Amino acid sequence: MINFQYARAADVADAVRQIAADPKAKFIAGGTNLIDLMKEEVERPSRLIDISRLPLDNVEETSGGGVRIGALVPNSDLAHHPLIAQRYPILASAILAGASAQLRNMASTGGNLLQRTRCYYFYDIATPCNKREPGTGCSAVNGVNRMHAILGTSETCIATHPSDMCVALAALEAKVLVAGPGGQRTIAFADFHRLPGDTPHRDTNLEANEIVTAIELPARGFAKNYTYLKIRDRLSYAFALVSVAAALELDGQAIKEARLALGGVAHKPWRDVNAEASLRGQAANRDSFARAAEALLHGAKGYAHNTFKIDLARRAIVRALAQASQGTPQSQSSKKIR
Amino acid sequence: MNAYIGTSTSRIDGRAKVTGAAKYAGEFNIDGLVYGAVVESTIAKGRIKHIDASEALRVRGVLDVLTHQNRPRMADASAAYKDDVAPEEGSPFRPLYDDKIMFSFQPIALVLAEEWETARFAASLVRVEYETAAFTTDLQAQRNSAFVVEKPESHRGNADKAFAAAAVRHEAEYFIPIEHHNAMEPFAATAIWDGGGKLTIYNKTQGVQNVQRYLCSVFNMKPDDLRVRSPFTGGAFGSGLRPQYETVLAVLGAVKLRRPVRLALTRRQVYTVGYRPATIEHVAIGAKPDGTLDAIVHEAIAVTSQHEDFSRNDTAWSGQLYKSPTARYEHRLARVDLPTPCDMRAPGAATGVYALECAMDELAVALKLDPVDLRLRCYSDRDQHTNRPYTSKQLRECYRQGAQAFGWSKRRAAPRSMRDGTELVGWGMASGVWEALQMETAARITLTANGHAEVASAVSDIGTGTYTIMAQVAADLLGLPLDNVTIKLGDSTLPLGQVEGGSWTAASVSHAIAKTAGEIRKELLRLAQAVPDSPLANATVDGVALVDGRIVHKRAPDRAVSIADAMRQGKVDRIEREGTVQFEDDDSHARNTHSAIFAEVKIDEELGVIRVTRVVNAVAAGRILNTKTASSQIMGGVVWGIGMALHEETLLDHRFGRFMNPNIAEYHMPVNADVYDIKVIFVDEPDTRINPMGIKGVGEIGIVGTAAAIANAIYHATGKRVRDLPITLDKLR
Amino acid sequence: MAPAKPHQSAAVAIPVPDKISVSLNVNGVDVQLDLAPWTTLLDALRDRLNLTGTKKGCDHGQCGACTVLVDGRRIVSCLTLAVMKDGSKVTTIEGLAKDGMLHPLQQAFIDHDAFQCGYCTPGQICSAAGLLAEGRAKTADEIRELMSGNICRCGAYPNIVAAIQQVMGHS
Repeated sequence: MINFQYARAADVADAVRQIAADPKAKFIAGGTNLIDLMKEEVERPSRLIDISRLPLDNVEETSGGGVRIGALVPNSDLAHHPLIAQRYPILASAILAGASAQLRNMASTGGNLLQRTRCYYFYDIATPCNKREPGTGCSAVNGVNRMHAILGTSETCIATHPSDMCVALAALEAKVLVAGPGGQRTIAFADFHRLPGDTPHRDTNLEANEIVTAIELPARGFAKNYTYLKIRDRLSYAFALVSVAAALELDGQAIKEARLALGGVAHKPWRDVNAEASLRGQAANRDSFARAAEALLHGAKGYAHNTFKIDLARRAIVRALAQASQGTPQSQSSKKIR
Repeated sequence: MNAYIGTSTSRIDGRAKVTGAAKYAGEFNIDGLVYGAVVESTIAKGRIKHIDASEALRVRGVLDVLTHQNRPRMADASAAYKDDVAPEEGSPFRPLYDDKIMFSFQPIALVLAEEWETARFAASLVRVEYETAAFTTDLQAQRNSAFVVEKPESHRGNADKAFAAAAVRHEAEYFIPIEHHNAMEPFAATAIWDGGGKLTIYNKTQGVQNVQRYLCSVFNMKPDDLRVRSPFTGGAFGSGLRPQYETVLAVLGAVKLRRPVRLALTRRQVYTVGYRPATIEHVAIGAKPDGTLDAIVHEAIAVTSQHEDFSRNDTAWSGQLYKSPTARYEHRLARVDLPTPCDMRAPGAATGVYALECAMDELAVALKLDPVDLRLRCYSDRDQHTNRPYTSKQLRECYRQGAQAFGWSKRRAAPRSMRDGTELVGWGMASGVWEALQMETAARITLTANGHAEVASAVSDIGTGTYTIMAQVAADLLGLPLDNVTIKLGDSTLPLGQVEGGSWTAASVSHAIAKTAGEIRKELLRLAQAVPDSPLANATVDGVALVDGRIVHKRAPDRAVSIADAMRQGKVDRIEREGTVQFEDDDSHARNTHSAIFAEVKIDEELGVIRVTRVVNAVAAGRILNTKTASSQIMGGVVWGIGMALHEETLLDHRFGRFMNPNIAEYHMPVNADVYDIKVIFVDEPDTRINPMGIKGVGEIGIVGTAAAIANAIYHATGKRVRDLPITLDKLR
Repeated sequence: MAPAKPHQSAAVAIPVPDKISVSLNVNGVDVQLDLAPWTTLLDALRDRLNLTGTKKGCDHGQCGACTVLVDGRRIVSCLTLAVMKDGSKVTTIEGLAKDGMLHPLQQAFIDHDAFQCGYCTPGQICSAAGLLAEGRAKTADEIRELMSGNICRCGAYPNIVAAIQQVMGHS
């Protein structure tokens, strides 16, 4: 960990002022990802701006019938908040599928969005990595890449986004509220994270001088027919090989509305409106689920060690849609898959 | 009298551990402590062309940066670095010795600073220029250049010919990747000057006297001037058998600065101190249709470093365990540019018996025999290598009791024939075998007139329960309540104790205590007989026992003298005796522990998610000193077997020669959610021949065979045979 | 030979972060420390307050050995900068026993042999204390899942679950 300065932000405006003044400064809230990366010298901020005491820790209903989540609400508090547990259980479930109880007690909502990849090469500063050091090359493309992306990759980066929570937020079509020197703006969740393209060092479209202040959930919560199904290499406390957030609105056996997002397979939570459209108006059965899986995985491409993810994702999508349609969401404590 | 031996006794060090009072090597805080941080090599092979610490030295609070160029003097001769358990062949790694880079992450500089964070920061500022050399870390690429290190002096028949002619044959290759111990406590050493040029080093180790001898040799110090202590060891599993580099660097720092120095390695650095070698196992078994064996061939190729030949017996178990007129085995090593591998829980057996027991399962399928039945058909009451009887072998009873507890008789033979809703259910089993070893060990007992005894030996307790069993044995043999016995261990100044490994400590130290307690009893009897009108006047030392604070005539228990009276009369307030036990080299019998493991897996048919829902491990390991702690040893071994079967693999990128997951997030070990029901059975196995108390040891046997039982269960559930560990869900497709 | 003094260099010194005064209440005792911002709560406890019961197993939030309670919530102290917890109440393993009486979890861990080497144990017990306070785990499955952030390499998991269940049954 290198030498850095430390300052507390007095309010959001002060936080923005401070970050704008120092391009090498970083915000710190929960610290669960940043401190880890600083110890690895992957992150080398000149200054940490402590935003953990800003009053951004409310969960409240919006006038439009949705819910606004302050950026500093800890993950565990969010998962167990009555508004979330009852109206957006897919979000609660996804949060509880990630990390450990201790980390969820620390990690903030905004920080979860800004988690960085678990790519081995990103973490090992002795190896080339375009995300860490643009232009040095991607070691994973021809390296150890079992955990890596199968969708939306580029030859410069095949890293995945590690969050579970974000997969549910993508499915729920959340909005990200940010503040910057020019005031506030709202970013649709689908536009928040980026694909690697030829700029893999940029994970998101958040500008360097902006701060996430809140997440807004629209009214539609899919509380009846949903699931978050996470497949990993051990039964808990591991990053996803593939995860699926599936949410349906049913009219009898017919699908009125569908949401489908994947984790562990791309540089961002992976959604495709075509896959969801293919479900609308269809009967909720394995055939329609399989077609949706096909659509969502369109263009998927494996590398030396991760080709299995394509078939695994296909099966997981079908299973998750079945769980959602039957109203039997995956439990995050019982490890038997429903 | 056995008030404690054989009972379920809670750990006597439990209170210290649950309150945080137990101090581990990196926790001895002292005024003026200097903190060390290691700079690691980023290349796998070559030499250091130039190392520039000038920037690091400018950091406020940095005291020095040691490299091969400016370190204090260490021995030059390679032989000086050979510790008690170093491989016979080769030259041990010498940290900061010269400019040579032998593996990636090799320590190349030690930053010493007033605070840990400062040292870590400054370490990032040390600039290194390398001259790189070609390297390899790939076992598969090196397998053809592997060389033979172990094979029997004489073959048992012509196994290859017998195999070729056998009616039913199974032949396959199994693979175990590099695995790391990942004990929860990272290696650490705190070197403290005691005054008068004497050093005490608190070190995480399984053998304080091994480290002490090694450091005296490396630094040319007198044994009296260097003391190594390790009162608590936060797990080690073999990684702490040899002295590791942190202890050398801590001493280098202390010598250079004449101040106390602590070096605690980071988790990543711990990955370079040793590992279970990646191993290719080739097993061929030929059988008659009735399930009796004609031939067993077992060949292994394991990695070792360029500089040392580390090998353990992977293959000979196959020739020993089952009745077969012919057998051949051979162990080869392939050199790679990595650190030397080291012992890891049941070294050789965890891997070799995994291959053997999967092969036996495959043979049972080919023979259409129940896996237990096959093993009974080739059951041997004699060590097949040497045709010797065992001191005891209750493996048959392990099969019987294990199968019964598991409900094995309800197993349907066909793969994919059992299910539970969306899950395929698989039942698999395997045998386990380990050696029952014992080593020369000494103990000192100091009995005081207030009825308290201190028992001391330089052995270690790495979580195995040594503190507790020592106290149990001493309490019983001295006739004292457990609370009146204090144990001292993990200190090189104490009587001879070997490294804690190979499951030999329980048998060895128990007999050292028993022998010394006998000397105490002899002295007490002498004192008791000096009491006027002594009721023990004609008693012999073997005719009396120490019971409830008294010296009691065994055949006439009413004839007794209280220990306190005897000592008061004799005007002694303490009796101190030290005894060393040596174990006769008796070649007439084989000495082994055995086990039968039964595992249930449930596997989601569509997604391949594997859950190990039940394991029964029935163990025959002689007399069990403490059913509670011994049970925990076996349970822990089973959890290791689950990890080995499903999770554990150290990933290498052969282009860089680097471990890619040297952490606990991506090197997967079982977490709480991965472990369901584990039942441990100790089969009664009286053994009066192996040693007087009939003790065999239980540290290793719990893992042996467990991964095979799980792999076999996975085959039974899915019909898919995966031979490459770990069995991750992608391999089931 | 005299003990070494800090290295003297003609070149300009590279600074380390300035220390900041931090107030904590640790196990019921108010303490004031001057700490650089890069000092984690874990290192502050172990190296500055000599509370070495809290363990460093990985230093990256992956093993749970450093678990302590901050304002009643279980967190990993290795990923927590001490300066950020200024004014907080910290409970470590040393603060669980009261007047020499073990906390019920401590006694249950001994009774069930819920540890071997003992290095993960303080973190397991603090994590279990957090779990009990959260009140969400009822079944064995829930305990296992919510204790999965604490790795025990000795493999004492079934005994850890049994110990926690014993305390739940009594509370």
